[in-house]
Amino acid sequence: MSERSERPTNTVDSVQRAAETPDEPMPYAELGMKQDEYDRVKAILGRRPTGAELAIYSVMWSEHCSYKSSKVHLRQFATKAPKSDALLVGMGENAGVVDIGDGWAATFKIESHNHPSYVEPHQGAATGVGGIVRDIMSMGARPVAVMDALRFGAADAVDTRRVLPGVVEGIGGYGNCLGLPNIGGEVVFDPCYIGNPLVNALCVGLLRKDQIKLATAPGPGNKVVLFGASTGPDGIGGASVLASATFEEESQAKRPAVQVGDPFMEKLLIECCLELYAADVVVGIQDLGAAGVSCATTELAAKGTGGMRVDLNLVPLRDPSLRPEEILMSESQERMMAVVRPDDIPAFMAICEKWDVPAAVLGEVTDTGRLVMTWDGEVIVDIPPGTAADDGPVYERPYHEPAGQAALNADTTDRLERPADLRGTLLRLLGSPNLASKEWVTSQYDRYVRSNTVLAQPADAGMLRVSEVMEPERRSPAGESEPATPTSAEAGATIEHAEPTTRGLALATDGNGRYAKLDPYAGAQLALAEAYRNVAVTGARPLAVTNCLNFGSPEDPEVMWQFAEATRGLADACRVLGVPVTGGNVSFYNQTGATAIHPTPVVGVLGVIDDVARRVPTGFVAEGLRVVLLGDTHDEFGGSEWAHVFHRHLGGLPPQANLDAERALATVLVEAARRGLLEGSHDLSDGGLAIALAESCLARGIGATVTLNGDAFTDLFSESAARALVVVRPEAHTEFASLCGRHDVPCYSLGVTGGTSLVVEDVFEVPVAELRETHAATLPALFG
Amino acid sequence: MSAARVGVVTFPGTLDDQDAARAVRLVGAEAVPLWHADHDLRGVDAVFLPGGFSYGDYLRCGAISRFAPLMEELVPAAKAGLPVLGTCNGFQILCEAHLLPGALIRNGSLHYVCRDQRVRIEQPATAWTNSFDQGQEIVLPIKHGEGRYVASDDTLAALEAGGHVVVRYLGNPNGSLNDIAGIRNEAGNVVGLMPHPEHAVEELVGAPGTDGLGFFTSILKDLVNA
Repeated sequence: MSERSERPTNTVDSVQRAAETPDEPMPYAELGMKQDEYDRVKAILGRRPTGAELAIYSVMWSEHCSYKSSKVHLRQFATKAPKSDALLVGMGENAGVVDIGDGWAATFKIESHNHPSYVEPHQGAATGVGGIVRDIMSMGARPVAVMDALRFGAADAVDTRRVLPGVVEGIGGYGNCLGLPNIGGEVVFDPCYIGNPLVNALCVGLLRKDQIKLATAPGPGNKVVLFGASTGPDGIGGASVLASATFEEESQAKRPAVQVGDPFMEKLLIECCLELYAADVVVGIQDLGAAGVSCATTELAAKGTGGMRVDLNLVPLRDPSLRPEEILMSESQERMMAVVRPDDIPAFMAICEKWDVPAAVLGEVTDTGRLVMTWDGEVIVDIPPGTAADDGPVYERPYHEPAGQAALNADTTDRLERPADLRGTLLRLLGSPNLASKEWVTSQYDRYVRSNTVLAQPADAGMLRVSEVMEPERRSPAGESEPATPTSAEAGATIEHAEPTTRGLALATDGNGRYAKLDPYAGAQLALAEAYRNVAVTGARPLAVTNCLNFGSPEDPEVMWQFAEATRGLADACRVLGVPVTGGNVSFYNQTGATAIHPTPVVGVLGVIDDVARRVPTGFVAEGLRVVLLGDTHDEFGGSEWAHVFHRHLGGLPPQANLDAERALATVLVEAARRGLLEGSHDLSDGGLAIALAESCLARGIGATVTLNGDAFTDLFSESAARALVVVRPEAHTEFASLCGRHDVPCYSLGVTGGTSLVVEDVFEVPVAELRETHAATLPALFG
Repeated sequence: MSAARVGVVTFPGTLDDQDAARAVRLVGAEAVPLWHADHDLRGVDAVFLPGGFSYGDYLRCGAISRFAPLMEELVPAAKAGLPVLGTCNGFQILCEAHLLPGALIRNGSLHYVCRDQRVRIEQPATAWTNSFDQGQEIVLPIKHGEGRYVASDDTLAALEAGGHVVVRYLGNPNGSLNDIAGIRNEAGNVVGLMPHPEHAVEELVGAPGTDGLGFFTSILKDLVNA
């Protein structure tokens, strides 16, 4: 090739050259590597690493890829995991896989793209969606929906007006173009996120449970294929530099380090992969995310026969001047790596060609136990792949309770003045940025594509119909009537094997940074409890958990304490609730200067409903229904929305996490939905009963009249957990109440739906129209 | 009588093809997949051009799709009377292919918008709207970033005078001239609209209600009567 001759070939840092120049200084520190880590690399190799090897080790041993600070804590998710028959693939793969019945499986995961989204909101968020979608594809699944958990600085802060619209456009621009419905998520504002917005993207996919694919490269002689977009200088050093280093003022200088996404290529890649799977021409597969080719080759090789030979000159390049070290570190998007039997290569390439997806054979699997890479005929990498992929450093970071923690917990909400005007309190809360309608955001996302969306925002959980999802109708017409190619014929066969099912999937994410700041152990449990409850109120049975743990610097012992407490709390809660963690992501260094964000564990829960037609819609769906409150209300205002909005106060302790009560509540909700006892429901969380009542009225514009029994302020605004609001037909109430009684779930009949106002007897009356106006106006006023 | 065969076109980047095929089957017709790279309409009785981002919407929405091999078959067939419905990106492609006049440009708000939109059927005399009454108000989802219908004053006047405006927004979501949500050609066999009837055909999923079904029952009626 003509470009080849233009490359300076005299500076290749080959393995041979490395052996001959043992004392040549290497820029390990600039690549984020510590002295002792570099020494370990030298010990492993018995010589200094080449530039290419250093590139591989530096990205694979970065915090982002190796989980070196979090590993010792994350182990609890496995050691404390509840027994679950549903778990098909657990942590450690690209995403967990859960059995949802009738031969179907679901795979889901949430991942952060926080730092890139601050530097370049649109592309940062877009590529966050792209990355998690490829994780789901690499399990053998068709991605079927996305959702996202977002945190921004104060809603009225100047920089939030830069970051939020960009992030929303990025998520929408990418996800909409992929044809994936966006079915839920969260938008939360707090000043602590002003320099560190959180963009956590979740994707869920569906597959037949006998079609799971894994990231592995077995079988010497099998070919290693890189397919998808060509490789350019995107995000070079991004994994180790951008994602792991705290940024200060110099972040502007790092702008080019953010990757740029091409959702059209990703859409082609999705369809291409599904057709490759259906044709059974893929032995192992891995998406290219952070650390690109370095990560894919080392991980595939480490989990397979153990060896691989790759010629880096064969990587299709967008920029022919790229050096091998840059190719190894490039984070160009929309790329996948597959291991393919030699006989299947023609069929593999034909499918790629059909979808206009570039593909190149880079090398093959070997049984040498070495990952060997060549460049211009010279060996530039020769390493045991497991040492980069699995044997990275593990740190037992020191941690201790923050110096101010006791004082923070002692500063309770008791000293805060409580309001006399409860009507005004409701309206001010309902219009506050965290509780106001998020339609300005969600209307920029396609929630209908694929025609399986049963529930989407603002429902408590997103819900999808499972049936028919895998229909590959868009295969080449030739293959449908007369199998012209083996590919299309086998793709067509998928239709016949897909049994009809009545099942549905539900998904919710939650996480309250204020609660976690006050008590990270309880805060993580409350995040899980809320997502679990949000799934259960739709009638779905919670099955499994994914998490995205957003924290400050692990090198700060006080942050590390928050992390240790949160993981311990989450692992303990998963055990009590019987839902295993299937995977997730840790994002450290979310801090500006010495100031960390609130510890923000975001928890996603996936549930299944046996008959999706029995799903329970959100809110008051008809007039004349009994309004019933489930669960007990205590005087709990620490970390509440009320304390935040009215007093800018954060202190005391968060609401108690009563996991046994959560479990009983979910049991009642799921059983009642199955029996058809519930007409509508709504979770109680931020803003308490008052907000739940208002939102329930807004769902269909139907009012209600209710009576409180205790202190009106506490009843209306406390944020006690393990509570939900349901509406039942009057004639079903007795059966429902006895079901609650059997499971010891407190059940209070509050009143009845109907009319055009929310009436709280002896307290206030607010027309639904006024609720709507207040709820709807806030975000458009802020963001245009 | 064998079932009516409605072709559903897939370009690279098409998204709503499965949805359209499902809606076609719901009313008892056969959905026939049509592939962009084939010079073959497979003998279908009608064609549905679904929404999406064909060819990434690069250059301009629908601008590249217009040159697909399948379009070389479709354009003359449509001019000869084959019923064709294009929704969203399909509407954009029909305009780019000059089967319908005017163009769809960036929404006035500059934002992509997904919402349940109230619209009025202005013209039941087409292959795709004959199940509706004139003036009937229905709800269909819209989801697009470039759905603002524009045309020259003369074209608009001709559309209005000829009764070629098929669907009109009630509460204009994107700045379309004359609140136009959908139009037809002179013969009434080719219709383009921005809303998505295929997402409003089942109570359980998609937009509330099943107002979109009428577009699919209309084509069946049209084919039976043809």
